[in-house]
Amino acid sequence: MNVIVLLGLPLAAAALSCLPWRRFAPAVTIASCLAVLADSVDIARRVVGSGPAVVAPNWIVVDGLSALVLLLIAFVGVTAAFFSWGYMSAEAHAPKRLRLYYVNYNLFIFSMLAIPVLVEPTLVWIVVELTTLCSALLVCFEDTREALEAAWKYVVLSLMGAAVALLGFLILFAAMQAAGGEIYTWAGLTASASKMPLILLQTAFLLILVGLGTKVGLVPMHTWLPDAHSQAPSPVCALLSGVETTAVLYVILRLFPVLKAAPGAHAEAWATVFGLASLGVAAFLLLQVRDYKRMFAFSTVEHMGIILLAVGLGTSEAHYGALYQALTHALAKSFCFFAAGAVLLATGTREIASIRGLIRISPIAGAGLLFGGLAIAGAPPFAVFLSEFSIFKAGLAGGHYLATGSLVLFIAVGFIGVLFHVNRMVFGEIHAGNRPQLRLPASCLAVLGITALLVTGLGLYLPEPLHQLLRLGAAALER
Amino acid sequence: MDAPHAILPFLDPLNTLAGGLFLLAAFGIAMTRQAKGCLNLFIAQSLLLAVSALLLGLKYASWHLYGVALVNVIAKPVLIPWILRRTVPGEVYTRREIEQVLNIPISLLIALSLAILAFFLGGLLQEGTALELHGSNVPIGIAGVFIGAYTLTVRREALPLLIGLLAMENGAFFAGIVLARKMPLLVELAICTDGLIVVFITGVLIRAVHRRIGTTGVGTLSELKEHLPGRPREEARQ
Repeated sequence: MNVIVLLGLPLAAAALSCLPWRRFAPAVTIASCLAVLADSVDIARRVVGSGPAVVAPNWIVVDGLSALVLLLIAFVGVTAAFFSWGYMSAEAHAPKRLRLYYVNYNLFIFSMLAIPVLVEPTLVWIVVELTTLCSALLVCFEDTREALEAAWKYVVLSLMGAAVALLGFLILFAAMQAAGGEIYTWAGLTASASKMPLILLQTAFLLILVGLGTKVGLVPMHTWLPDAHSQAPSPVCALLSGVETTAVLYVILRLFPVLKAAPGAHAEAWATVFGLASLGVAAFLLLQVRDYKRMFAFSTVEHMGIILLAVGLGTSEAHYGALYQALTHALAKSFCFFAAGAVLLATGTREIASIRGLIRISPIAGAGLLFGGLAIAGAPPFAVFLSEFSIFKAGLAGGHYLATGSLVLFIAVGFIGVLFHVNRMVFGEIHAGNRPQLRLPASCLAVLGITALLVTGLGLYLPEPLHQLLRLGAAALER
Repeated sequence: MDAPHAILPFLDPLNTLAGGLFLLAAFGIAMTRQAKGCLNLFIAQSLLLAVSALLLGLKYASWHLYGVALVNVIAKPVLIPWILRRTVPGEVYTRREIEQVLNIPISLLIALSLAILAFFLGGLLQEGTALELHGSNVPIGIAGVFIGAYTLTVRREALPLLIGLLAMENGAFFAGIVLARKMPLLVELAICTDGLIVVFITGVLIRAVHRRIGTTGVGTLSELKEHLPGRPREEARQ
């Protein structure tokens, strides 16, 4: 029942956001997101306590992995909604456009929440496509030439990937039928995988990996990602980069138990190749960015690579590390984009070269950017460091020295890239052209504070229930 | 319901004919210069998809495939042009692409090699399975997806790009009516509704681009790059 409420809330909020009262849309959005968060915490608690929640067998089932992804989406949904409240009113938009923003925001949240709870692969494909469609108008919300270009590339490339993935899902269905399977769900696929014709299974997996990988931002299909994730309003960037990519990656991860059940399918090899390619290319691209929002977008490509590589390592510790990384990435990356939004409000530019001495122009934005840079690059004692370290340990324990060595090297390159740019912006002499500081809205400050606390807190201590949820999720990646 | 035995021998050749015409329409969508012509070819392609679903429905006596045919006949030739008329500016229909990225003979060669690749891949899939995937639907469907993707890489005008996306989906379906003919009709309906939302959102985007930039040649947009050649970028907030 909880799950139905979870999906119904954002839809109701989207409908209510159309009402023409001032300040009503943000209030209703925040209320609905808070309720969704409370609900998903409750669902996660139950899943940890008493196993998967079956709402409609063969259609809606929530297990450990789904509950983890739900929790991440719900959490960033709340913080981004609070941040939107202050951020969007600081930018003087027409009331009608602002309502449109919140309607789309709620629909986007709905489409993301639907990904982990559905278990019928073609329905999952549909909601993945819906995430693109619901967020397209959010990406071009600023209505500049660049934002429209970014939204156009985002829509065309994501939908092109989706069409390729659709072919993959249809071939997967044929593979299941050839193996005599009847129920087209993730579990049904795993059950019949050992009898599937290998060529069908492999073709389907590759088509889905490439198709949905386009939306995750895997290299070489990542070209649209820095554009869309930098041109959207900052709270939307936090959602796109922090959780949307993870939610789509989750769909690819669901195929791993299926492929592991079929001998000789080599899913891990593909994950390692795509993971290392994304990680490596993004790490070097981080060195030469000129726009700090693009920098954080490339860092998302890097982190998606890390997660996929960890899954490719294949051991259960590595799977645990992969999900841990997804958790810390969602928190740290959403913080980074909130900080980037604060910098944009304080300086009015996205260019790294025209910001110097930020710590004196706006101490809060400067400190936030420095904190975000350190946290996302993986400096201790922040949460990302711990999750990256757990993947490193798992890699060594599994004997994957080459992959683990490249992982460390690329993370180090990415670290240097991020910190080099952040350092240049935060310190140094103030440029003459920088505009005088603007007071940051209270809700933005609150969100920055809360997320920062969590990013630091999880770096020092991982609560037991969260640990168990990660364990359950990692178990779902095994066959 | 069994098909009358008198038509049975004609079903396979007729289906192959529909498949051939479907592939031809895919080529046409990639090559036609006139935006309006592209739309008409897409409608023809969707009708051929419906015909193929109907013929296979007769062959396997499957109500589900009749449903697919019906959904296609209603959604694509009727609803999609209707949504397009309401969202995109009328100018896009009259646009012609004089300068394509590649000239037509080279384009044709590339599209042909993609089709050959698709037949090779389709053959592999058919060999690897004991299921009855025979007939030409699977390779032609895969070719439809490939040529649609190729269309997206060479086109610059908004409407042909959108049609390329929809043609890719048509291709996936053309293979899908054989690959997954027992899939619940609900899923099929949901995918079609989703296709309508694609057209609506893309239409709204095309309209926004036209209003803001004054062109529908969206493929020529190239402000966002890593290295800007010494040109100051427009600020986010003026």
